[in-house]
Amino acid sequence: MISRKGKDLLIQNLFLFFASISILVLFLIMAFLFKEGLPIIEVVSPLRFLFGKSWYPTYEPPEFGILPLIMGSVAVTLGAITIAIPLGVATAIYLSEVANLRVKELLKPVIELLAGVPSVVYGFFGLVVVAPWIQDLFDLPTGLTALTASIMLGIMASPTVISISEDALSSVPISYREASLALGTTKWHTAISVTVPAALSGICTACILGMARAIEETMTVLMVAGGAAIIPTTLLQPVRPMTANIIAEMGEAVHGSEHFHALFAIAVVLFFITLALNLLADYISHRFKETGSATL
Amino acid sequence: MANNTKIMVENLIFYYGNDKALEDVSMLIQENKITALIGPSGCGKSTFLRVLNRMNDLIPGTKLKGKVLIDGYDIYSNTTDVVELRKKVGMVFQKSNPFPKSIFDNVAYGPRAHGIRDKARLTNIVEESLEKAAIWDEVKDKLKQSAMELSGGQQQRLCIARALAINPEIILMDEPASALDPISTAKIEELIRVLKEKYTIVIVTHNMQQAARVSDYTGFFLLGELIEFSDTNKIFTSPQDSRTEDYITGRFG
Ligand SMILES: Nc1ncnc2c1ncn2[C@@H]1O[C@H](COP(=O)(O)OP(=O)(O)OP(=O)(O)O)[C@@H](O)[C@H]1O
Ligand SMILES: [Mg+2]
Repeated sequence: MISRKGKDLLIQNLFLFFASISILVLFLIMAFLFKEGLPIIEVVSPLRFLFGKSWYPTYEPPEFGILPLIMGSVAVTLGAITIAIPLGVATAIYLSEVANLRVKELLKPVIELLAGVPSVVYGFFGLVVVAPWIQDLFDLPTGLTALTASIMLGIMASPTVISISEDALSSVPISYREASLALGTTKWHTAISVTVPAALSGICTACILGMARAIEETMTVLMVAGGAAIIPTTLLQPVRPMTANIIAEMGEAVHGSEHFHALFAIAVVLFFITLALNLLADYISHRFKETGSATL
Repeated sequence: MANNTKIMVENLIFYYGNDKALEDVSMLIQENKITALIGPSGCGKSTFLRVLNRMNDLIPGTKLKGKVLIDGYDIYSNTTDVVELRKKVGMVFQKSNPFPKSIFDNVAYGPRAHGIRDKARLTNIVEESLEKAAIWDEVKDKLKQSAMELSGGQQQRLCIARALAINPEIILMDEPASALDPISTAKIEELIRVLKEKYTIVIVTHNMQQAARVSDYTGFFLLGELIEFSDTNKIFTSPQDSRTEDYITGRFG
């Protein structure tokens, strides 16, 4: 028989062990990414890689400038959050502050379902329904544009924004709402003046994570963004976001070639972007938590 | 001052779902008087108080029978504007609940919501309300500071100031001093006595001495029933019902 203290220690170490495994795996992935990605700096300087305007990996000599890909990602992501943030935050406010129980019970599973639909299905829907519609509407040579991708990604990122915002809103103490309503204000006024400001850090976190969701999406943008590695000047042009580029070219890049390393280097860039977004989300949610900043 | 009935409650029955929380309560609450509600935990004091400004509307599945008239108007009729009602019937909660905003913004919240934008007028209202709530001297130099940084007693007085700022006619207080030290409690009691000049006050308290000290009328609740309601003096010196006597002498509850 082991003593109670011994048992405690054993359980503690067991959990530590599992926690360490996931951290270890993360580091292994990172190490692998860097090992395969870093050799590209022998071919182009990091600056030329990041800000070079042409991506011609198979030309002779090849050009490895990923600015068009970065701009492609930026364009579809900004487009997506322009849709997802208002849609998501408004839905979250409606769900947590206004909707009655029955509407809530109907809507929540629908939103969860929306989050659970495979991205290839979104891509297919974008390809068959949204793209022709965009093409008609703007009279374009192709409906596969940054806008099409933005719309699809906006829909896909909404569940993230909704569920995290709603969590933030519903964790605002009921006593704040009661205090406001007891002063003779309406539900909407209370939501906008008290509940949303009190949940603001959580809502910001939700928006950033929604953004991360959009930037890392691969399959859908591969299918509907158009795939042209040019720096877009409007959302009506086809673009080639970083994720789509990696998946499209990984098959044809010879293992260990410059092209192969360049693709991994793009993955490294993506890794840092999502890492930065997550850290920012974390920072915001801790920095402003429950302090009741007087400026709200 | 002549005795005027401000609130008339007639045969009030109140349900949470299928649970009856108030059983046939009738009460006349006088204008510019302090009415105290006492009784053991769970007897329905808060429920009764929240009936008076329709705060219970927020809880799904509640049901109400009987009549509640304020100034002769049925506040549960279909034509009642709940927002208007709550402007007239202010409330201070058991647990102080300032907004996570500045002291100034807390007090200005109600007036702003009701359309007052003029900075000078708001400043005036804020200062006046804080003065009435006997907290002005403590906070006048830090109006921009977060209300969350105040002590519990200060927060409660700030909440009173916030309720006063919308200039209600009736103030409902749910154990406003329950979490406070004797000094803060004394301040709030003093404050309540002063406020009576201008407002009709209904206060829930667990503290017998407090009820005896501040109120003009006292109602004793037990298991959702109003057992006895009369002059505070009478209740505490010669209660008519033996249960009331048992309770105030501390024999149960
Ligand atoms: N939101 C609610 N939902 C269901 N039942 C409730 C709710 N609030 C109160 N009750 C029930 O109604 C009865 C009266 O509660 P109430 O809060 O009015 O008591 P109280 O006299 O204020 O007690 P205390 O002195 O502890 O504050 C209790 O039996 C309680 O369980
Ligand atoms: Mg209570």
